[in-house]
Amino acid sequence: MAAPRIIVVGGGLAGLAAVIKIAEAGGNVDLFSIVPVKRSHSVCAQGGINAAKNLKGEGDTTAQHFDDTIYGGDFLANQTPVKAMCEAAPAIIDLLDRMGVPFNRTPEGLLDFRRFGGTLYHRTAFAGATTGQQLLYALDEQVRRYEAEGKVHKFEGWEFLSAIIDGKGNARGIVAMNLRSMELKAFAADAIILATGGIGAIFGKSTNSVVCTGSAQSAVFQQGAYYANGEFIQVHPTCIPGEDKLRLMSESARGEGGRVWVPRTPGDKRAVKAIPESERFYFLEEWYPKYGNLVPRDVATRAIHKVVYEMGLGLDGQPMVYLDLTHIDRETLHYKLGGILEIYEKFVGVDPCVEPMKIFPGVHYTMGGLWVDFKQMTNIPGIFACGECEYQYHGANRLGANSLVSCIFGGFRAGPNAIEYAKSVPAVDGDGGAAAEVARQAEINGKLISNEGGENPFKLWRELGEAMTEHATVIRYNKDLKEADDKIVELIERYNRINLSDKSEWANTSFAFTRQLKNMLEISRTVVLGAILRDESRGAHYKPDFPDRKDERFLKTTKASFTGCAEGPKFEFEEVDTQYIKPRPRRYDAAK
Amino acid sequence: MATRTVTFEIKRQASPEAAAVWERFKLEWRPGMNVVSAMMEIARNPVTADGRPTTPIAYDSNCLEEICGSCAMRINGKARMACSALVDNLEQPIRVEPLTKFPLVRDLQVDRSVLFENLMRVKAWVPVDGTYDLGSGPRVYPQQQEANYPLSNCISCTCCMEVCPQFNDVTGFVGAATIAQVKLFNNHPTGKVYKEERLRALAGDGGIQECGFAQNCVEVCPKQIPLTNAISDVGRDVTAQKVKDWLKS
Repeated sequence: MAAPRIIVVGGGLAGLAAVIKIAEAGGNVDLFSIVPVKRSHSVCAQGGINAAKNLKGEGDTTAQHFDDTIYGGDFLANQTPVKAMCEAAPAIIDLLDRMGVPFNRTPEGLLDFRRFGGTLYHRTAFAGATTGQQLLYALDEQVRRYEAEGKVHKFEGWEFLSAIIDGKGNARGIVAMNLRSMELKAFAADAIILATGGIGAIFGKSTNSVVCTGSAQSAVFQQGAYYANGEFIQVHPTCIPGEDKLRLMSESARGEGGRVWVPRTPGDKRAVKAIPESERFYFLEEWYPKYGNLVPRDVATRAIHKVVYEMGLGLDGQPMVYLDLTHIDRETLHYKLGGILEIYEKFVGVDPCVEPMKIFPGVHYTMGGLWVDFKQMTNIPGIFACGECEYQYHGANRLGANSLVSCIFGGFRAGPNAIEYAKSVPAVDGDGGAAAEVARQAEINGKLISNEGGENPFKLWRELGEAMTEHATVIRYNKDLKEADDKIVELIERYNRINLSDKSEWANTSFAFTRQLKNMLEISRTVVLGAILRDESRGAHYKPDFPDRKDERFLKTTKASFTGCAEGPKFEFEEVDTQYIKPRPRRYDAAK
Repeated sequence: MATRTVTFEIKRQASPEAAAVWERFKLEWRPGMNVVSAMMEIARNPVTADGRPTTPIAYDSNCLEEICGSCAMRINGKARMACSALVDNLEQPIRVEPLTKFPLVRDLQVDRSVLFENLMRVKAWVPVDGTYDLGSGPRVYPQQQEANYPLSNCISCTCCMEVCPQFNDVTGFVGAATIAQVKLFNNHPTGKVYKEERLRALAGDGGIQECGFAQNCVEVCPKQIPLTNAISDVGRDVTAQKVKDWLKS
């Protein structure tokens, strides 16, 4: 029998991890990516990657990592896969080290580790403050090696539009669009793996990259895949607000001793250095003495909101607080955090070694995603998902530095599982539905390019982002969420009147964006409607009207399925696997 | 009060075969504005300064924080990343044009795949035995890490190639970025197993000998990679390898 042919969509950490495993096992991979894979969003990860290597004599264990992750995620994550991830993490770090990732070192030449949010252990391996970039490059290099051997064929500049699903409901390939020639083409495969990242773009501005629209996962959601826990969106406490995006200021800044504070006096006009220690309000340290500045992100973000909006203590009355590194010597800062300090200095024009940074929370991570089983397969046989585009590892809130490990671990599982599936799937009948799917996509394209009306897709996107950011982020009220949903429905209706100013058929970037926009609108509904249904507060999902966690009713995975009706997706709830750690109240003001 | 405006002149070209034209845009100034946010604004309202409807500008971008390497272009004549090009630091009109050393796709988009091909030619990877658990990696002292990390920061933006007088069709020069990666992998305890092959790959036409020491690369690199040092070090190794190979032959 011929080697299985697998398609991987997305060339970030998760996708590349899957590719490497498949190529190593002798399979053939077609790798699709909108951008050259080396430019994927994983490069934006800064602070590090978690693994309980216990190299600091603290007695850290994988069991402790597992407990921190489950607790940090407010018990919403299925425990079996999370346990497996935490157990695999130390070997993943070793592998990355062998691949040449320039991790920071101790004087003895061993891996150095730093602290991160939601744990009391030094568990985070790091390469300066550009860990994601370094990890992605290591995997990119291994994939290039397999490419040189002819085992991997890259399709960079091709955008996934939909899965090809045969009459029996099995995935048989994908339809993709060439972003230069705009050609539509079917690609056959025995199994496909989506590794297409988060959905930050539905919030307009976020820390995510331009390609993180969620378009691919939305497309398969609309083809019948479940979308799970969509309402869980992480808002990172420390970002630099910007015109085009919110730039992340890594949690590692606090891991290395950075302190968050505001002047105790509202609107204090003194120069920051002139404010004495006693008149500075280190609110995280005061409110959470055990974890201090390293509480999980949802906790820190809500605290900043409270300080700014309820207590009126934002800097100069603006929605900003200080993130202060100025008490740490410049050399240490440069060695351990150089990359992020450069970003701040370049984009804000102020040296963070000299003056505290001004930061504010911003949308950062998608905990929800395509529903997958413990083998990383969606409910559509033959479609696997790994990385941020699936929901499995982070529950209601992701701990810092767990994303990189979950991406690689998920990819390492999805790859071999896809091969196993591909070997057992019955041979395809005819073209498996490829021609029909290409025709369906061609019709969508034809309609969009010839559409008449007065709407501009980029303006609709801005309206979507504003509604989502205002109503569906840190503090949620059902009335507001309903308003956001009404807005999305309105935008879906107006989408039909989009008139593209560019109707050309060569490298038409606004056309490609407009196709993504439709999918963004559809996936946005799973976020707001899922949030409406969940009348409790858990992890990143916080409703002042329902401030407590309610396990009896809501210790459940939300599963949305697409209906195509105006009412929006259909929702159901699934039991969470809690077989190893009994759910207990989550609090960070004391040791757990 | 009159709104402050920002003027852009952007070079447009609908396809590789089409004629290039310059279009002028007048946008409302906003704090923190950069070249990418200006192009996003144009996409929302694609009208030129003289009121003529046009199309959104085609350009590559992704991370918008100078780490993915996508948005390299020429801004006021200088090769740089558009995301970190803050309008307040630029003279107006801000003239934006595509990189000139790479095949043009459309407007500001060019095809830079040559760099990835070069990385393949020099085997820019560490040949690990496999992805299964083989224990920890080789010991690396902080001094070595500090030497290698800057080289590993290369974002493949190709600015160093754009500004290099020797990077052209005549010489076929690989460019500084690839040479720096050769140094990086030759430095690695496991990566250096391919050292000789990498050096030979840089020995012939289009190899390291094409470098004319203009030093433009190191000046333009947005990541301040010590490119000229890397070229000298690798150049010396290539020469030594040539002698070694000649003695053996």
